[in-house]
Amino acid sequence: MDWLDNGLALSLVVFLPVVGAGIVLAIPKAQEAAIKWTALIVSLVTLALAVVLAVQFDYSAADTYQFGTAIDTPWIEAINAHFHIGVDGISLPMVVLTTLITMLCIVYSFNHLPEPHNPKLLLAMTLLLGTGMAGTFVALDLVLFFVFFEIVLLPMYFMIGIWGDRGIRYVPIFGWKMEMRLYASLKFFVFTLFGSAFMLLSFLALYFRSGDTLGYNSFSMVELSNIGPAGAFTGTFAFLVFLGLFLGFAVKVPMWPVHTWLPDAHTAAPTIGSVILAAILLKLGTYGFIRIALPILPDEAINWAPFIGVLAVIGIIYGSLACLAQTDMKRLIAYSSVGHMGFVMLGIATLTDIGINAAIIGMVAHGLITGLLFFVVGSMSHRYHTRDMNRLGGAMVSLPRMGLILGFAAMASLGLPSLAGFWGEFMSLMASFDPLEAIGATGLFRGFMVVGAVGTVLTAAYMLYLLRSVIFGEPAEEWVSQEFHDVDTAEWLAWAPLIAGIIAIGIFPKIVFGATNDAVVSLVQKAFGA
Amino acid sequence: MLPLATFAQQLILATEETTGGHSGIEPGITSGALVEWAWLIVVVPLVATFLILFFGKKLPMKGWELAVGSIGFVGVYGTILFILNATEGILYEGHLEVAKMGDFIIEWGWMVDGLSIMMYFLVGVVGTLVFVYAKSYMDGDIRFTWFFVSFSLFAGGMLVLVSAPNFLQLIVGWELVGVSSYLLIGHYWEDFENVDAGNKAFMVNKVADAALFIGAIIMAVSVGSFSFNDIIDVVMHGEAGPLSQFGFWAGLAVFIGAMGKSAQFPLHVWLPDAMAGPTPVSALMHAATMVTAGVYLLGRLFPFYLDVGGMFGGDVRNIIIVIGGLTLFLMGLVAIVQDDIKKVLAYSTVSQLGYMVAAMGAGAYTAGLFHLFTHAFFKALLFLGAGSLIHAVHSNDMSDMGGLRKKMPATFWTFILGTLALVAVFPFAGFFSKDEILASIKYAGGSGQDVANSILILGLLGSFITAFYMVRVIALTFFGEYKGAAHPHESPKLMTYPLIVLAFFAVTAGWVNIPGVYTGFTEWVATRVPLVGMGDHHAEGFDWPVVLVSSGLVLVGVVIAWMIYNKDAETNAARDWFRIPVLWPLLENKYFIDDLYMSGVVRPVMGPIASTVLWFDMNVVDGIVNGAGAAGKVLSKGVLVIDDNVVDGVFNASGAVTGASGSVLRRSFTGRVQQYAAFGFVGVIVIVVLFVII
Repeated sequence: MDWLDNGLALSLVVFLPVVGAGIVLAIPKAQEAAIKWTALIVSLVTLALAVVLAVQFDYSAADTYQFGTAIDTPWIEAINAHFHIGVDGISLPMVVLTTLITMLCIVYSFNHLPEPHNPKLLLAMTLLLGTGMAGTFVALDLVLFFVFFEIVLLPMYFMIGIWGDRGIRYVPIFGWKMEMRLYASLKFFVFTLFGSAFMLLSFLALYFRSGDTLGYNSFSMVELSNIGPAGAFTGTFAFLVFLGLFLGFAVKVPMWPVHTWLPDAHTAAPTIGSVILAAILLKLGTYGFIRIALPILPDEAINWAPFIGVLAVIGIIYGSLACLAQTDMKRLIAYSSVGHMGFVMLGIATLTDIGINAAIIGMVAHGLITGLLFFVVGSMSHRYHTRDMNRLGGAMVSLPRMGLILGFAAMASLGLPSLAGFWGEFMSLMASFDPLEAIGATGLFRGFMVVGAVGTVLTAAYMLYLLRSVIFGEPAEEWVSQEFHDVDTAEWLAWAPLIAGIIAIGIFPKIVFGATNDAVVSLVQKAFGA
Repeated sequence: MLPLATFAQQLILATEETTGGHSGIEPGITSGALVEWAWLIVVVPLVATFLILFFGKKLPMKGWELAVGSIGFVGVYGTILFILNATEGILYEGHLEVAKMGDFIIEWGWMVDGLSIMMYFLVGVVGTLVFVYAKSYMDGDIRFTWFFVSFSLFAGGMLVLVSAPNFLQLIVGWELVGVSSYLLIGHYWEDFENVDAGNKAFMVNKVADAALFIGAIIMAVSVGSFSFNDIIDVVMHGEAGPLSQFGFWAGLAVFIGAMGKSAQFPLHVWLPDAMAGPTPVSALMHAATMVTAGVYLLGRLFPFYLDVGGMFGGDVRNIIIVIGGLTLFLMGLVAIVQDDIKKVLAYSTVSQLGYMVAAMGAGAYTAGLFHLFTHAFFKALLFLGAGSLIHAVHSNDMSDMGGLRKKMPATFWTFILGTLALVAVFPFAGFFSKDEILASIKYAGGSGQDVANSILILGLLGSFITAFYMVRVIALTFFGEYKGAAHPHESPKLMTYPLIVLAFFAVTAGWVNIPGVYTGFTEWVATRVPLVGMGDHHAEGFDWPVVLVSSGLVLVGVVIAWMIYNKDAETNAARDWFRIPVLWPLLENKYFIDDLYMSGVVRPVMGPIASTVLWFDMNVVDGIVNGAGAAGKVLSKGVLVIDDNVVDGVFNASGAVTGASGSVLRRSFTGRVQQYAAFGFVGVIVIVVLFVII
């Protein structure tokens, strides 16, 4: 079909949401229903298109870019940047996940609108995020990638800044006292911008240096990953370029110790903001490692692997321990992302097909599971008007269904086998036992495996601690007399697909591996020859 | 489907090579609908779980009919398989590939071989009886339907585990069992005591699972496959390679995993606390099936641990037998001082699991599994009997019981039969299986014989201990004066009938493997991996010295316990005398192991360690970030004016200018573009510098 092969369908997946955002903004503010339905229909159509792509995808050629535009589709000719997009087995699951989460957030927003009330702006921002995120996953040109990567920043910045938590955040040492939303949004913005500035530098450096090999300067990720393994980038140059990429992506993941924007941003953001942040935004970083850093600079990746591995396992243990000391349930989930993304990065650091497969399924699973966790925690704190775990308790009495769903999500998050979270965790440990030989640090990585296994125990500990504090026991005095509205229709609609996805991927991981495996094997083959 | 008959023949040939001519049993059934549809055994309870969850409350019996129907199906299917396996031999393995990852194939499958069939039979038959019993026991419970959701999930998880042809599926079942156990122990979650018991079970098992993960990973990566067949194949052929290189560590890690589920010292601490769950749960999960998973796994990987060539997990066996021996002895002693009837049985379970594990360590595959088999019946019986008592007197404490034999005759007589089986009196079930374990330990052979000799002494002392604590229970509950407040009467038929059926098995289950007379059981569990002559020491006949010493010690235990506990008032002196200083407090405090874990690990991690990390994060790591931010703010005041109010500005503007909201976004974008430009400018300069340097 032409509209699939010439890139039209994929372009629609990327740009429909932003068009939708435009339409939403054009609708008068008073017509809330129209705004909501427009946003929903746009996101549904986008999701449907993504599903069509997933169905039409040629899985026997998962290592090739499909549905894309031609590599030389002109865009900014002055700098030889092209509008080159496409999906392979690695990006396909991420695109589907992005469109799904965007749609679910809009469904959820039907009757969960954060204060100040402005569905129009909120939904427009959500749709804009949809474009930025999907665009990042399909871009095959570094400039295009960068533009989408940065587009995401703005709506999220406003989302946190406008609808964020208005409680006061006290900053120790400096003695600052400012509204949570302002502090968190600024921190999020500046931190990420800091990282991506270095990333941009690396992109530019690659661009200029590529001319030596290609005869012309190129931003094409395809071309760069062809010449990268052939030794186009070496020595200090390669080291610095990797450093720049590392900073850009590591902040986004976030890896320890550049993670501190995350607990604040997640905690301050409105529910759908946290969901999108956790479910998709963090994956932009890990995706960048897999798609850009590893294939273009494989030798540097080998040099950096032990270092990345160390930071990853520190993240696993550190994030989990920080969770155990939390009393704010939303902050607990936020910190849990540091640990979970540690497993993803550990998988990537092994530079093996198993490790990278583990990373991708870990990304998808974390998207579904932590997305669900933030939804439920958001809905709970909306009802209780507090996130303080010392005051909560007995949700199984007050809100039995929601409590059960929280229990389910927590079990999934601690990596219960038969649910989606297991695969990423287990397989990344498995990859650590047998990392790429060229790294020359097999013993060290086996140590990571043991530490990571300890991390699974700590993960279980804080999730059980969360459940004990929030859903078990008798409800405290202040809640006993109150009537709570258990899971409502919008919540069911937004959560059921996540629950189904978590179970389906847990039992039938081929949903993800079926797409990723060949692509990953070929990526590893090309970059590391193993 | 693999051509399994050929595979089996290859395996048997391989065995002949390594063991010098001992051949296994040629399986008669290797294909056909019966085995090809055996996946239903696993799937039916899992489907039932979801049906009960969604529709249970609307059904006339609140979902119980679905639960008992599905487990009954497993019972019938399992019995058919069990009988056919006994008569003809069954060997089959079904597969469903669910993903490929690199070179590894992930598949779900169902094993239909002697070992799995025995477990299907146990889970199905004991499960059905317990589910029937639970209908009455849980009647009127606030979460009746939810109970059967969790219970069916447990049955499904256990069946996933025992049907697993590979490590991944085993792990799935392993943790499903763990999580359903967590749900059932914490069934009355209003009370934090129960929640904490569930958490403890979950966490101790999770620690063990982390080790299991490592062991599974080492084995799978070394062999290049998760499949048990492939792993055992490497072992059977004695191939040197990664698996032999890591044999000890892999074997040890997997064994630690098994220790968690099978509650071996020092990871046993969760099991006694797990008695917080309703009694049917204790009977099925914490006595008959779930805790047998560890022993089952050792059986599944038995050739690896038996390690004829001394290249793989052979050295681990010395550790296994010692852990088993310590567990059976130390935990048996703790059972003596318990006042809660369920706790006595719980420690008794741990102790009996110690026997099974010691048998595995001694290289006695059949003996270990045989005791697993008989124990499942009589321990389920004893727990259900205890449940019947608890149901009647509304207390777990034996000081609220006494004199109940007249009031509850069915419970009394079945409990007596279960006790006779447990303390290993001829000709009850436990006699044959325990005797076989002791005989096997005596002939463990190899470098471990010295160790095994000491363990044999512990095992024999264990006979005395077992007899002692069980007679104490009987004396305190069924004899003497009734001391409770409630008005006890015999339990309803739904509860007593399962007791009677289980009592039948408690008497007869041992007769399937009588040394020198009939050794059918040995063949039943050996169809998969023919092991005859590979370390089992049972076929030649009774080992009379062991039998006589063991039975003698049982008799002594019975007599002494009876003398101390049979009457209430006048023997108090004897009881006081028996409270030996130091030893008694040591036992009452369970050797202080729980306290050690709490103050040595749990509290420090949950408290100071976690708080320190969080403090470090908020003050040091984030302090640097905020410091950098503060510095940047000062530096950039001239260049970038970061105005916190821009956010509110945008919002207010969008509220005010309804029609032209686009311009708002445009305005904010323009603001940012300037920033980008600034960054871009800096970027270009740095680039230039970079290129000059390089």
